[in-house]
Amino acid sequence: MTENKGAPANGSILVVGGGISGLTTALEAAEVGYEVFLVEKNPYLGGRVAQLNQYFPKLCPPTCGLEINFRRLKDNPRIKVLTLAEVTKVSGKPGSYDVSIRINPRYVNEKCTACGDCAAACQTEIDSAFDFGMKKIKGAYLPFDMAFPARYVLAPEIIGTPDASRCKEACRYDAIDLDMPPKTMDLKVGAVVFATGWQPYDAKKIDNLGFGRVPNTITNMMMERLAAPNGPTQGRILRPSDQKPPASVAFVQCAGSRDENHLPYCSYICCMASLKQALYVRAQYPDTAITIFYIDIRSPGDRYEKFYQQVKGDGKVTFVKGKVAAVQEAPNGQVTVTAENAVTGEKTSQTVDLVVLATGMQPSAAVAKLPADLKYTEDGFIINDFQAGGIFAAGCANKPADVISSNQNATGMALKAIQTLATR
Amino acid sequence: MDKKYGVYICTGCGIGEALDIEALKGVAEEEGLPVQVHETFCSPAGVDVLKKDIKDKGINTLVLAACSRRVMFDVFRFDGCIVDRVNLREGVVWSHPRSQFPVLAEDEKDDGVHFDRVQMMAEDYLRMGMARVEKVSLPEPFKLDTLSRRILVIGGGLTGISAAIDAAKAGYEVTLVEKAGALGGHAATWRKQLPLGWPYAATTAPMLQDKIRELESHSGISVRLNTLVARIAGQPGEFTVTFKKPGEKTEFDVPFPLPDDMKVDANGKELDVETLRAAYLKFNEGRKDILTLDPNGEKFGAVILAAGWRPYKPTTDEFAHLGFGALPDVVTNAQFETMAKAGKITCPSDGRAAKSVVFIQSPGKGDDADFDYAGSVTSLVALKQATYVREDYPEDGKAFVFYQHMRTPGLQENFYKSIQQDTGIFLTKGEVVSVSPNGRGLVVTADNTLLGERVQVKADLVVLATGMVPATKDDPVVNLAYRQGPAFRDIGLFKGYCDSNFICFPYETQRTGIYAAGAVRRSMTVEECIEDASGAALKAIQCLESTNRGCAVHPRSGDLTYPDFFFQRCTQCKRCTEECPFGALDDDERGTPKPNPTRCRRCGTCMGACPERIIGFADYNIDSIGSMVKAVKVPSADDYEEPPMRILGLVCENDAYPTLDIAGLNRLSYSADVRLIPVRCLGSVNVIWIKDALSQGMDGVFLLGCKHGDDYQCHFVKGSELASIRMKKIGEALSSLALETERVAQFEVAIDEFDKVPSIINTFVESVEALGPNPFKGF
Repeated sequence: MTENKGAPANGSILVVGGGISGLTTALEAAEVGYEVFLVEKNPYLGGRVAQLNQYFPKLCPPTCGLEINFRRLKDNPRIKVLTLAEVTKVSGKPGSYDVSIRINPRYVNEKCTACGDCAAACQTEIDSAFDFGMKKIKGAYLPFDMAFPARYVLAPEIIGTPDASRCKEACRYDAIDLDMPPKTMDLKVGAVVFATGWQPYDAKKIDNLGFGRVPNTITNMMMERLAAPNGPTQGRILRPSDQKPPASVAFVQCAGSRDENHLPYCSYICCMASLKQALYVRAQYPDTAITIFYIDIRSPGDRYEKFYQQVKGDGKVTFVKGKVAAVQEAPNGQVTVTAENAVTGEKTSQTVDLVVLATGMQPSAAVAKLPADLKYTEDGFIINDFQAGGIFAAGCANKPADVISSNQNATGMALKAIQTLATR
Repeated sequence: MDKKYGVYICTGCGIGEALDIEALKGVAEEEGLPVQVHETFCSPAGVDVLKKDIKDKGINTLVLAACSRRVMFDVFRFDGCIVDRVNLREGVVWSHPRSQFPVLAEDEKDDGVHFDRVQMMAEDYLRMGMARVEKVSLPEPFKLDTLSRRILVIGGGLTGISAAIDAAKAGYEVTLVEKAGALGGHAATWRKQLPLGWPYAATTAPMLQDKIRELESHSGISVRLNTLVARIAGQPGEFTVTFKKPGEKTEFDVPFPLPDDMKVDANGKELDVETLRAAYLKFNEGRKDILTLDPNGEKFGAVILAAGWRPYKPTTDEFAHLGFGALPDVVTNAQFETMAKAGKITCPSDGRAAKSVVFIQSPGKGDDADFDYAGSVTSLVALKQATYVREDYPEDGKAFVFYQHMRTPGLQENFYKSIQQDTGIFLTKGEVVSVSPNGRGLVVTADNTLLGERVQVKADLVVLATGMVPATKDDPVVNLAYRQGPAFRDIGLFKGYCDSNFICFPYETQRTGIYAAGAVRRSMTVEECIEDASGAALKAIQCLESTNRGCAVHPRSGDLTYPDFFFQRCTQCKRCTEECPFGALDDDERGTPKPNPTRCRRCGTCMGACPERIIGFADYNIDSIGSMVKAVKVPSADDYEEPPMRILGLVCENDAYPTLDIAGLNRLSYSADVRLIPVRCLGSVNVIWIKDALSQGMDGVFLLGCKHGDDYQCHFVKGSELASIRMKKIGEALSSLALETERVAQFEVAIDEFDKVPSIINTFVESVEALGPNPFKGF
C-alpha cells in the first residue's frame, strides 16, 4: 500500500502530541498529501486512550481504532514520528516557523526486535506509570502490547546500574545503546497544531475525597486499568487492598470538576465514563450493587441518552443526586461515602467496598506551559486564534471533550493547518 | 512483471532455536527457489543481504519468513517488489513454545507415529507464503480520466457556509446550494447566539451576516439559492449532479426503491422478478435510470452534506400533560425563538407581556429523559432564551428552568454559571407533571425539585425544549443515483442522523466522498457546527486528493488496489451490488454490475459474495488465498498412525490478526494444528476457500472477526455480518456433502481479547476432534 509521490502543496505541519487528537490531525493532513512531523513526549503513541479499557457508548476497545491509525501511519511515508520528544521552541509566523525539538534517549535503537530478552534479564522493577503505579514492570519494558513503535525502552532509573549492563548483554541485536545522548533537532514548518491533551486532575488535592489516604479509593483512570485485559489485574476489577471482588461500588461524580476550588469547568467525559465503568462492574459481578452520586448526569444527545437509560434500567445501579461531602475509611477495608441528597435534603451515608472518584481532566498546558506564543484560558486550555492562524490547538488541549468530538475537532484543525500552507 | 523469487528465513527472536531451519530451507528448495538464512534479517546487515539480492540478482518477489507484518514494516518495504511476510515469530514459535510443544527425539523422527506440530506449522506457513506470491501482482492505481476538484456543499446554513469558506480557503472551488431563497438557515431566525468560544459567559449578537459576507467575498465560491439536488450520479472525483428548483419535477429526479408494501401482491406474496421490475418502473415513471448520466449535469469531486435540521413537531396529544396543543401559551423552544426574534415576548393567546416564563427541559412522565432529538444544545438554548425574558422585562421578568439534568458539558459550564448569577432566572431540577390554565395565565406543577417536594409556578408562557430533527430523517437530500438507494445507509440505526458509528472515525460514512456536517449528524451548538464543518471539508478534500492519486480512503488509506471483474463469466446474480457496504456497484438492466472504483473502500466484500469468483484484487484474490489453502499439507493415515487435525482459520487482519500477534507476544499458546490466513475483512471470505479446505481433507474451518450488530466493530461496517449470513448458508451445503455443519464456525473477537483468543481456537479444535477426521481426508 504505497502511494504515488507528490503532495498537492508545499510546506509541512508539526503536530505536538501523539494521543488520539494528534494522531488524527497528523493522519488526516498527511492523507491529503502534506508532510507531517508528529512529536510525542512518551515512548509510545496513543496517549490517554491507550490506557482506556473501552470507549463509551459502544464498549469497544480503543486499540481497535489505534491499530487502524498505526497502520495508516505505517503506510504513509509522509509522516515522521518522533517519540520521547519535546518541542522546546516555536518561533516565527504563519507559513514559516522555526521549531526546536529535544529527543530524550530511549537507550534502545531501531535494531530492537521487541524480543523481550532485555526485560527478562533486567532485575529492577519500577512502578508502571501507564498503570498509575498499580503494577510493577521491569526497568526495560515495552510500553504496552500494541505500542507503536513496537520497541522497548530502558527506564532512566536503571541507567548507570548493573541492570543496564545486564540488559545490554542480554540483547542479541546490538539494540541497546547506554550512551545514547539526548538529541536536539531543528525543523522548519509552515503550521503547528498543539494536541497536548490532558492530565487526570490530581485527586490528592481534593482533600475531602480521601484519595491517597483512604484505602480502596481509586480514580476513574485507575478503574480503566483495572478493567483492561492488559492491566495490573488482567482485567479483573479487584479492591486494591486485598484483591477481593467488590460487593459494592460507589462512583463520586465531579471529583474536582465543577468546583471553584479545583476545576471550575465540567470535564465533559466523567459522567459517561462512570456509566460505562458501572457496566464493567456489572459484567463481572452480577450481584455487586452500584451507587452513582452526581450533580447532573451529562449524557447529552441521542446516543448518550440511550446509554444512560440502559444503565439506569439496570436494577443494581442506583443514582443519587447529591454532591459527595466526604469519603472516609471504614472497618475491613471499606469506605464510607457521605453526601446530601439534593432532592430529599437528607444526609446519606453509604459504606462500600470500593470508591471510584470521577476525576476530571486538566489540560497538560495547565501543568507546564508550552514554548510558543499562545493564549490560554485561566485554566490552561489553549484559545484558538483563527484570525492570526498558523498555530492551532486540537482536542482536549483546546477544551474538555470526548473522543468523538476530539477527533472531529482534530480533523478540522488539520484543515486549518493546511489552509495556512495552501498556495494553490 | 517477470517474477524472480527469493526465500529468506530469519532465525532471530527464537526462531532458529525452535525450528529445524535446514528442513525449512528444504521446503523452499523443493520448489526450486533460492533460500537465504540470516540470524537477523531486520538488522542493517540482514537488510543488506536482501537489497543485494534485489540489486544483483534481480529478485523482485520475496518470501520473508520472520516476524509478523505488523512490525518491521518499514525495514522490509522494497519499492517495486512483492514482499510476503511469513509470520514465524508471533504466529509459530512465540505462540507455540517448545516447553509445551516439544521437539521430537531422534528415534521418534520419521517413525510414522510421531510428528512435530510446530515444525509442520512453520513449513506450511512457508509453503503458503510461496503459493501466495505466485498469484499476486503489484497494483496499478485506478485513475479517472478527468477529475473534478470542485466541492458541492448542500445547505446554506451556518454549517454549510462555514464548510464552503473552509474548503475555499484551502484553495478549492465550491458550489453551495440552498433550498430556500436566502442563506442562513435557522441562524437567521435567532435573536441571540450561544457563546462561540472563551469565556463562554454570555450570548452574542448573531454572526451570520459576517459569515455570509465572508462567503460572498470568496471568488472561489458560487452560491445558488432556491436550489435542490435532483440527483448525484457517478463517483468521487467525477460526480455528475443535477440541480432543480423546489417543487420542480425533472427526468433526472433520482428513482426511489420500491416501498416494501409494493413488493408484495394483495395476498402478501412476494412479486416475481419481472412484475417487480415493472412495478419499479411504473413507480418511477418519468425518471431516468440511475445509469443515465445527465448530459447537462455538473461535475463535482466530493460533497459536503450540511442540510441541517427542523424543529421537532410534537403530535397533538404527545405532551397533553404539558398543555401543548390545547393551551395557546404553551410553545416549543423553536416557536419561542421566532417570537423573541420578532420583538418583545408576549403571550400568543392575548398578546399581553409574558413576564413569567417557564422552560421545561424534560417531558417527564415518570422519567428523566430529554425530549427526543435533544442534546446539550437544548439545555443551552433554554438558558439563552431565559436571558431574553430578562432583556425584555429587566424589572420584573422571571424565567424558570425546570430540568432533570442541566446538560452544559465542558466549558459551556461557564455559560450556566453566568446565568446562575441572574437573580431573575430560577433554575431547578424537577419533573414537570402538569401545565394547567390558571385564570388568564398558566400554572406549572413540578415534583422532586430542589426546592421541596412539589412546587407550583404561575406562568404567562411555557416553553418546551423539543429537539432538532435532522433533515435526513424526512428525506435523503443527497438523492444518490446508487442502485442501493438514494439515502445514506442504515440511517434508521441513528434515528435519521447520518452519523458515523465509529468513535475513532467520526466522518466515515458508507457513501465514499460524501461527508456530513452539523446538525444532520447530531444535535450541535453553533460552535460545534462550525468546527464540524472544518472536519467535513478536510475529509472532502482528502477524498479528492486520494482519488487523484488512485488510492483508497479510510480505512485502507493509500491502498492502490481495486477490484477487477471478469465480466464474461458474470451471471448477473447482483450479489456484489447488493452486498457492497459502500454501494460502490450499480448494476444495469440485465444485472451486470458497473463498478465505481473511487467509491470502493477495498474491503473485498464483492469478492466474498461472488459465486462465480470473477472479482479480485492485484494482491488479494480468490486464487491467492485459494492457493494458500491448497498449500497446506494435510496429513492422512497414510502418513501417520494418528494424523493431526488440520483446521483452517480465516482471520480478519484488522483486529483478530493483531490479537493473535499479541497472544504470541504474551507467549499464550493455542493449537498448532490450525493454519491461519489473514483476510481483509470477513466480508471478503468466499465460500470456495472453505470448500477447498474441506475437499482437500482439512477437518474444520473457522472465521475469526469483528463484532457485528448495532454496535458493530467491523471497519467495513457489514463484513462480519455478511460472513455470518454466508456461514449459515454453507451449513446446508455441508449437510448435502454429509459433513457436519459444526465443522465450520465463525467467532467474534475484539482486538484486546488476546487472553481469550487461544481458548476460542482450542475449543473449536476440540469440537472438531470430537467429530473425528474429515471423511474426505486422503481422497
